[in-house]
Amino acid sequence: MNWILGFIILIAKLGVVLVGLLLLAAYLVLLERKFLGRLQIRYGPNRAGKFGLLQPFADTIKMLTKEDTVPAEADRVLFLLAPAVVASEALLIFAVVPFGATITLWGKKVPMVITDLNVGLLYVFALASLGVYGVALGGWASNSKYSLIGGIRGAAQMISYELSLGLSLVPIVMLARSFSLVDIVRAQADYPFILVQPVSFMIFLISAVAETKRIPFDLPEAENELGAGYHTEYSGMRFGLFFLGEYVNLQVLGALVTVFFLGGWRGPLLPPVVWFLIKVLAVAVLMIWVRGTLPRLRYDQLMHLGWKFLVPVALLNIVATGAFLLI
Amino acid sequence: MRYGMRDVTETGLYPISHIPHPTSVHAVFNTEGCILMKNVWEAAVALATGFATTFKHLFRKPITEEYPEYKRVLPERARAVIILTRDPDGGERCVACYLCSAACPVSCISMQSAEREDGRRYASWFRINFARCIYCGLCEEACPTSAIQLTPYFETCERDILKLVYEKEDLLVDHGGKDKEYNFYRYAGVVTEVGDKGTHIKEGKPVNIKSNMP
Repeated sequence: MNWILGFIILIAKLGVVLVGLLLLAAYLVLLERKFLGRLQIRYGPNRAGKFGLLQPFADTIKMLTKEDTVPAEADRVLFLLAPAVVASEALLIFAVVPFGATITLWGKKVPMVITDLNVGLLYVFALASLGVYGVALGGWASNSKYSLIGGIRGAAQMISYELSLGLSLVPIVMLARSFSLVDIVRAQADYPFILVQPVSFMIFLISAVAETKRIPFDLPEAENELGAGYHTEYSGMRFGLFFLGEYVNLQVLGALVTVFFLGGWRGPLLPPVVWFLIKVLAVAVLMIWVRGTLPRLRYDQLMHLGWKFLVPVALLNIVATGAFLLI
Repeated sequence: MRYGMRDVTETGLYPISHIPHPTSVHAVFNTEGCILMKNVWEAAVALATGFATTFKHLFRKPITEEYPEYKRVLPERARAVIILTRDPDGGERCVACYLCSAACPVSCISMQSAEREDGRRYASWFRINFARCIYCGLCEEACPTSAIQLTPYFETCERDILKLVYEKEDLLVDHGGKDKEYNFYRYAGVVTEVGDKGTHIKEGKPVNIKSNMP
């Protein structure tokens, strides 16, 4: 009986998280378009429904009903598979993110996390690296020069920034003494880690923007030079999956920044889940603000920033943190 | 504030060039660390300025003109739907000379010329395919009688593309458009109802061509 209850709760949590992620992704698109519009003294979409609130549904219906074309010379299997890799990778990362304090239902403790892996952080990195496959394979399978260049850029960029992303979190692991995301949140009971690790925070934020391929690091899809980069040849809902993956990734990035630096779901007065959402959205809004402000970097600038600036600084930060912890 | 490539290099976000340069990040590990610090500081200031600019824009009223609710008054000479105008006396200006049709780069104008009993020419039918028209205004320039004119009215959207083929009765209006006073037949030395020989503007008296007398 207990086993069945646990199973039902797990399924319910999965459903809620999945629906929440997808719905939030759809509305993040709207938020991004609206907020970006205001940054550029425009209104953004305001036609579908009140304030354009139905725009995500209109977009979804549009993408679902559009023709799903596969280029004649494309590698069919990989071409069809690549968007799913991107989208599922983004969704799967969320499995280890704690989004609230443990609550008690029918006398049973229900942790507000789908699964508390004790190597959660490694799991996050493993999946984040898998996202490269979606981009690189999608670009390669399209058999188009723009897609290929976009895919190669994406692979190079994501592998480069994976390094500083990982290194920037080593001090966090040293402070929390755990790879589990739940434990990392627990370790921030007194103060969020952003106060003691501002350098880590900046490196993580920059690397994470590069990981999610957002402006100013959107070279894989640089629309001015590559059409749309790795998803040039995609149409319909397959393009939609890339798009969805991008915005779920934005949430995942927000969630990870929240968990690692902003104290997770902790906060006064409001319920933990609300605090978590507020923090995730704050990071997302910051990302949109960055997008509205900065120009795209050149490719060599991107590589130099990653390898010759972020990685050394992250390493120095680890040494400094280690020295501090020893003393 | 300047934007663009150069700015990014100057901010220090891109502190490295292929040519070894004292301001490069190599400086982290050598004696020129203070130059790097200055660069980082400059980068931070430049970034902050950029973010402040966009943040200020957030509180500005959008400059968007929301079209169906707000319709900007277009300039009188804006080029959209084509009309066939009439002269001040109410007659059709079009003399069916085919010049507009010839000038049209997309061949969207067609007509059939005819002549009335008094010698005045007109188009027995006149057709413009607005589905094809590119609103270039060359027909208006070619027209010798100011008959065909472009107007600022542009809201002619149709679901059925064939509804965009306008016939003469759709095109003909009862005013002179942009050129109110002009009446071609008051100048042309053609005998019509408008005027007999020698009565046209700037026209000399008729001469008896069978006589040598001055």
